[in-house]
Amino acid sequence: MPETLKMTFKDKPNDPTKTLTEPRWVRWALVSLALLFVGLFLVLPLVEVFSAAFDKGFTYYLSVVRDPVALSAIQLTLISALFSVVLNTIFGLASAWAITKFQFPGKNLLITLIDIPFSVSPVVAGLIYVLLFGLQGIWGPWLAAHNIHVIFAVPGIILATIFVTFPFVSRELIPLMQEQGSDEEEAALVLGAGGWQIFWKVTLPNIQWGLLYGVILCNARAMGEFGAVSVVSGHIRGLTDTLPLHVEILYNEYNFTAAFAVASLLTFLAIVTLVAKSLVGAKYEQEKQVLPTSLESERTV
Amino acid sequence: MSIEVKNLNKTFNGFKAVQNISLKLESGSLVALLGPSGSGKSTLLRMIAGLEIPDTGEILLTGREATHVSAKERNVGFVFQHYALFKHMTVFENIAFGLRVRKQSEKQIRDRVHELLSLIQLSGLDKRYPSQLSGGQRQRVAVARALAPRPGVLLLDEPFGALDAKVREELREWILRLHEESHVTTLFVTHDQNEALEVASRILIMNNGKIEQDGTPIEIFDHPATHFIAQFVGETNYIDTEVTEKGLAVWGPFRFSIDPKFAPHQKIRIYFRPHDVYVTESFETLQVKARIKKTRFKGTVIEYLLDIGEDKSIFAQVPKGVALASGFKENQDVYAAITAYHVFPL
Repeated sequence: MPETLKMTFKDKPNDPTKTLTEPRWVRWALVSLALLFVGLFLVLPLVEVFSAAFDKGFTYYLSVVRDPVALSAIQLTLISALFSVVLNTIFGLASAWAITKFQFPGKNLLITLIDIPFSVSPVVAGLIYVLLFGLQGIWGPWLAAHNIHVIFAVPGIILATIFVTFPFVSRELIPLMQEQGSDEEEAALVLGAGGWQIFWKVTLPNIQWGLLYGVILCNARAMGEFGAVSVVSGHIRGLTDTLPLHVEILYNEYNFTAAFAVASLLTFLAIVTLVAKSLVGAKYEQEKQVLPTSLESERTV
Repeated sequence: MSIEVKNLNKTFNGFKAVQNISLKLESGSLVALLGPSGSGKSTLLRMIAGLEIPDTGEILLTGREATHVSAKERNVGFVFQHYALFKHMTVFENIAFGLRVRKQSEKQIRDRVHELLSLIQLSGLDKRYPSQLSGGQRQRVAVARALAPRPGVLLLDEPFGALDAKVREELREWILRLHEESHVTTLFVTHDQNEALEVASRILIMNNGKIEQDGTPIEIFDHPATHFIAQFVGETNYIDTEVTEKGLAVWGPFRFSIDPKFAPHQKIRIYFRPHDVYVTESFETLQVKARIKKTRFKGTVIEYLLDIGEDKSIFAQVPKGVALASGFKENQDVYAAITAYHVFPL
């Protein structure tokens, strides 16, 4: 018996990595190719955005960014992002809660409906609101009679942004909450906790990182949304311009340096989002891990 | 707190999980609900806790109608198979949860939690998180959490199912002692018959959504009420034969005296446990000749496959000490008798 054991050990090569990985040149070639691709298509454009932004110097950059029109675009972008993040967080939580913790007829239909903004082109999304609230639209005449402006005004931009960013939070939460099941909620219920107590003390702490992750993605999309907002905005400078629309206007006026300067603001926001996302992502991974119930844990402690 | 269930029914998508079950548990009893998976035992337990709503029937807790009382108000303790501990809370906060939602004072909570921590022998681990505990420790915390608000009933759903054999053994002992000290009415679900036989003073056996037998462990083991129980609880031999004449059935060399209620030529199945086969080296009265074909070591007993002629064989189990003293070995000729058996019509 011991001899056969020795035999099998001898058969194994000394360096286990040799049998587990590709030859050195293949590894180098693949890694270089990937890096080249990333550099060409991601890093280079990013560098270009910032270099073009500072083409005419820092003072010019500041003057573009501090321009009242640019400031109002920043403000509008932040406002519409704020509205869509808050509302979509509430909606996302409610829908994920309903879908994962309860059985009801029409559940699959609801899941499909949540995905519509992902599958519909943003331009179509914008047009939907024009058709609903525009002067020729269904509610247009009534709104006009009551002096309420939705299309070519801030409410339209907010509505379009909400529509486009609708699925982010719930899409993030549904698989997570499905994975976690309802055991902890049931335990809390039997212990005498009410619905809100269960939500605040049990459910929310369990999904907090997943929720934050969804919120970050939702926010990133809300700030960068172009298509749907472009349709409903009307491009009134200083009034209904968001940052992406402002970039387009400057670009169309051949004011490249200014366009890139504003674009760099958006890029900066994207980088911040990315960093936040990766920080939260690590915590989120921990949250996804369900407590091991196997015998393994018995031995390690 | 006593539990009473009357004509309870529950159907899931056409599958009858629980069919017309009625039962009564006296206050302070320790009862096991034993059955194979899918027999409806967990569903019954969850309905008593209020986690499932019965289609029809009544649940009474301490004689009071509770069928439509929310799980929140029923004041039952529930222990889940996979613990369901709040993983973002410390051990202390887990146990304190039921007290906090009842708005008890900080001092009351602290006293009660520490009392329970010493009861589950985990004092000093109050600041740990569930992920830092072993499976057995987690399940003890889950029991303490369920007991903290002083429930009238403790319901345990396969409480030791996810633990390894050794820890399970310890926790069985522990739950027995816990029950002796607290006297809380306890109903636990298990598919492990040894667990049920060892721990409970009364066992309800469920199969296909119905209770097949309700009795003490000894009654269940020695007097199985149905085919299913005869096969499900303990190891058993069974033989299919027919009644030879009034009061007698013959199978191979064995003669069984049976209840005269069975008519001659009626098809019957006779169950007998391997340890109820009495094996000796030399002939004693009423024994038949047999030959040991195979032996298998099973810890405290040794099991033999006995060839009794006519192409028939049975299993016999002999306590290890007796077997070693007798020196039984394969291909040896021995004598065997069946000392206890149960007859069911086919």
